Amino acid sequence: MTKDKITNDSFKTQEYFVNMGPQHPATHGVLRLILTIDGEIIKNIEPDLGYIHRSIEKMCERDSYQQIVHLTDRMDYLSSHINNHAVCLTVEKSLELEVTDRVKVIRTIIDELTRIASHTLWWGVMGMDVGALTTYFLAFRDREMINDIFEETCGARLTMNYNIPGGLMNDIHPNFIKRVKEFLVHFRKKLPEYDSLLTNNVIFQKRTKGVGILSYKDAISYGVSGPVARGSGYSSDVRKIHSYAAYDKVNFDEVLFTEGDTLSRYKVRIAEMWESMKIIEQLIDNIPEGDISVPTKAVIKLPKGEFYQKVETARGELGVYINSTGTKNPYRMKFRSPGLSNLNALNQMVVGGKIGDLVATMASLDIVVPDIDR
Amino acid sequence: MSYFKDIYKGIKTLLTGMSITGKYFLNARKGALTQEYPDNRDTLKMFDRFRGEVIMPHDENNEHRCTGCQKCEIACPNGSIEIIWDRQIDPETGKKKKMIDQHIYHLGMCTMCSLCIQACPTDAIKWGQNFENSVYDRSYLTKVLNKSGSKVKAGVED
Ligand code: SF4
Ligand code: SF4
Repeated sequence: MTKDKITNDSFKTQEYFVNMGPQHPATHGVLRLILTIDGEIIKNIEPDLGYIHRSIEKMCERDSYQQIVHLTDRMDYLSSHINNHAVCLTVEKSLELEVTDRVKVIRTIIDELTRIASHTLWWGVMGMDVGALTTYFLAFRDREMINDIFEETCGARLTMNYNIPGGLMNDIHPNFIKRVKEFLVHFRKKLPEYDSLLTNNVIFQKRTKGVGILSYKDAISYGVSGPVARGSGYSSDVRKIHSYAAYDKVNFDEVLFTEGDTLSRYKVRIAEMWESMKIIEQLIDNIPEGDISVPTKAVIKLPKGEFYQKVETARGELGVYINSTGTKNPYRMKFRSPGLSNLNALNQMVVGGKIGDLVATMASLDIVVPDIDR
Repeated sequence: MSYFKDIYKGIKTLLTGMSITGKYFLNARKGALTQEYPDNRDTLKMFDRFRGEVIMPHDENNEHRCTGCQKCEIACPNGSIEIIWDRQIDPETGKKKKMIDQHIYHLGMCTMCSLCIQACPTDAIKWGQNFENSVYDRSYLTKVLNKSGSKVKAGVED
């Protein structure tokens, strides 16, 4: 008997199932993953959704167009302002309503602040998922400043509902510009700390480099978007390709990394925070004067037809599809959420890898479960 | 050789990270944003636009500005507002007029979307900054916004 034969016969391994979630801290919400594993090697991953389904799309069919906006706050709650923006853009597009430049600029600034707030939170959580607790506190300190800005101007910290079809609910607070500038000064000093604390750390690099690779081809065929796609070198920034609001007036680079591993997805987000700051700096000093909303009818009726508009949220491409029959409610409303297609690619990234790398890879996807499971 | 290089690099980056943590440890209170909430209750002031709960301001004569037009009730996405009204004879003109009886507000259902306040033509309701809304029974969260015995301010028309 050869040595190989002995091992094969006496240590026969077997695949087995493990449930990860729905209450696992690393899934950031109620997501259940059914893992098929052989020893420590992942053979298959099947996400099981439905734990936080609130039928938002169905509720939209009941609501008027003004009311729909506030439901989208509850989808991807970390980029709620951008979700609101998407719905408002779709409604405005169908009504052929042109909002004033002031509205466009303010919306862009707040969108970018939202993106920074979302990425800082993600950074903290990413650090925590790979075992560094300090990142969480540092991230929340910086995010708190943005939340205060939102609270002062919009009245709420997370579910802002600040956009209305045709403009904004109320004008920016007199302190808004001052506070945003303060934040930018503060964050320009603090963001390099993120790098020295986590990015350059050897343990972190060892855990993320070459882990969870998504190739350029797979990125396209799975339809991933946002930082996940750009980490694989797939240029997909909606702000660049299908520019909306004031993005065509500002200078910024689309961040692309080509490795496709967890570290490059991480680096995309860190670089995006620098880009977002660049965008805000270009706009904050010259917010044009003008009205903050174009009057719409009290009951908005969309013309008959289908309307689609996409925006770039902190997680990727959010598409809003409205099918209208000419009444005051949509006949069908569909959201193309970035989280769902990004989660689909998870299988491609982790199969064949170790179970310990799963958490790091998942953190690099930056999933928000209510966005996946509407 | 690269083995020792790795060890050196590892220790160096660890110390860089530790120095940041150490810096914050030594300056713990500097730049801290944490609010010690129940202790600073007297001085804590929320932002004026903060959405705590919907309130209806009354003036010193116990008069409010709500005409009972029901626009807020229609604007609300989840039925948090119920207007109970009837037609009463206006003492001045002698004509029958729609009057508010009760403006019922279910705080427990409210999503703080601000649509009712946008919809109100007479600015009768606005945001209150009270955020300490926890109660022992959810029936306490149903509030009647117009005070008993109050009436509409003269001249307020929608
Ligand atoms: S804030 Fe929104 S949910 Fe609350 S009562 Fe007003 S309309 Fe209804
Ligand atoms: S609060 Fe305003 S909108 Fe609501 S019934 Fe009174 S006047 Fe009309």
